Amino acid sequence: MAAVKLYGPLASTATSRALACLLEKQVEYQLIPVDLKKGEQKKPQFLAMQPFGQVPVLQDGALTLFESRAIVRYIAEKYAAQGTIGLLGKSLAERAVIEQWMEVESQTYNPPSSFLVFQLAFAPLWGIPQNQAEIVKNEKKFSKVLDVYEKRLSESKYLGGDEFSIADLSHLPNTEYIVKATGKSELITSRKYVNAWWEDISSRDSWKKIREMSKAGNKK
Amino acid sequence: MAAIKVHGYHASTATVMVLCCLNEKEVEYELVLVDLPTGAHKKPEYLALNPFGVVPTIQDGDLTLYESRAIIRYLAKKFQGQGTDLLGSTLSEEALVYQWCEVEGQSFNPPALSIVSQILVVPMRGGSTDEAAVEMNVEKLEKVLDIYEERLSKSKYLAGDFFSLADLQHLPCTHYLVNACGKGDLISSRKHVNAWWEDISSRPTWKKVAENMKFG
Repeated sequence: MAAVKLYGPLASTATSRALACLLEKQVEYQLIPVDLKKGEQKKPQFLAMQPFGQVPVLQDGALTLFESRAIVRYIAEKYAAQGTIGLLGKSLAERAVIEQWMEVESQTYNPPSSFLVFQLAFAPLWGIPQNQAEIVKNEKKFSKVLDVYEKRLSESKYLGGDEFSIADLSHLPNTEYIVKATGKSELITSRKYVNAWWEDISSRDSWKKIREMSKAGNKK
Repeated sequence: MAAIKVHGYHASTATVMVLCCLNEKEVEYELVLVDLPTGAHKKPEYLALNPFGVVPTIQDGDLTLYESRAIIRYLAKKFQGQGTDLLGSTLSEEALVYQWCEVEGQSFNPPALSIVSQILVVPMRGGSTDEAAVEMNVEKLEKVLDIYEERLSKSKYLAGDFFSLADLQHLPCTHYLVNACGKGDLISSRKHVNAWWEDISSRPTWKKVAENMKFG
């Protein structure tokens, strides 16, 4: 039985963010689904692990850890010597730039993109009325952010520098939904360097595996 | 060695987060004023440093770095071994520091900063406080603080029995909530959150920075 357990549904962007890192580092894991529709994440058993009632949660031996971006950092550090090397950069300065783009993802890329994904991909599925004015606002915001990314990626192959890192990895889940499920894929595909970067990072084995797992899960 | 340059504003929560960390690590720095009230952060000179047009940005030799939470993680690692240890002593402790840093960034900061923005900043720009937005965010923050209360009843600081980046990240916004927004009861009504707040806000490294947190 794998020592590392990851609790969460694959469809959750935060869960797939953590899983992508486990796959990149070739860490043996067990993915334990959490049924959000049934409110499993708000039940006492789950809250005992994660008091905010959110997915995912990682258990590695005695350590219980939540917040996907913290999980990503921990896995990248603990398993530094195996799987994809250099996810945290090769120097303190490289790591700093990677952390900068992790924070940009967390504070600036995630809010508008998450909003658009929820409103355009999930609200219709769940019968929740859409907020058109806010959709327009967030699309404008997200576009401005992507313009900065376009400039950055015209000067640097990956966000943190010449190599794929946890900064790029962090962007995979939201961007996948934007491109595949919102009808707004041109936000990514119309930008030459952002598009090239997206094509590159989403064709990595780790992300291909997650796509396969999602397909298999949806066939139930 | 040249002092680290911090381009920022003395009353900006993100800027003072970095200044407090520099104090904790006993690192010399120079604060280069980016005058937010006159829109200096959106001018080409500053955008050349930080294309997102937000403060702070630091320059440490050849390295230019922005995002306050990334900056403090860099400082904590670069100056490990001097000043206060801010990352715990083991990989697992460090992981818990990152976890609570993320909680601050994802769950505490959005509602807290919205409240501060509505009560303090919006009127300064000639607008009026959206009371409904304040109420909604206060409700959100109450739920988060209830969880903090439970955590801090079992642990002296957020990540464990040691002060860390996770606690430090909470200083700026909470300072404004308590001292400038009339929302001190959010903290004082919770026994363990209150004790934690009293402790961390009385650190001399913080007080030095807090006394300059005035706009204009």
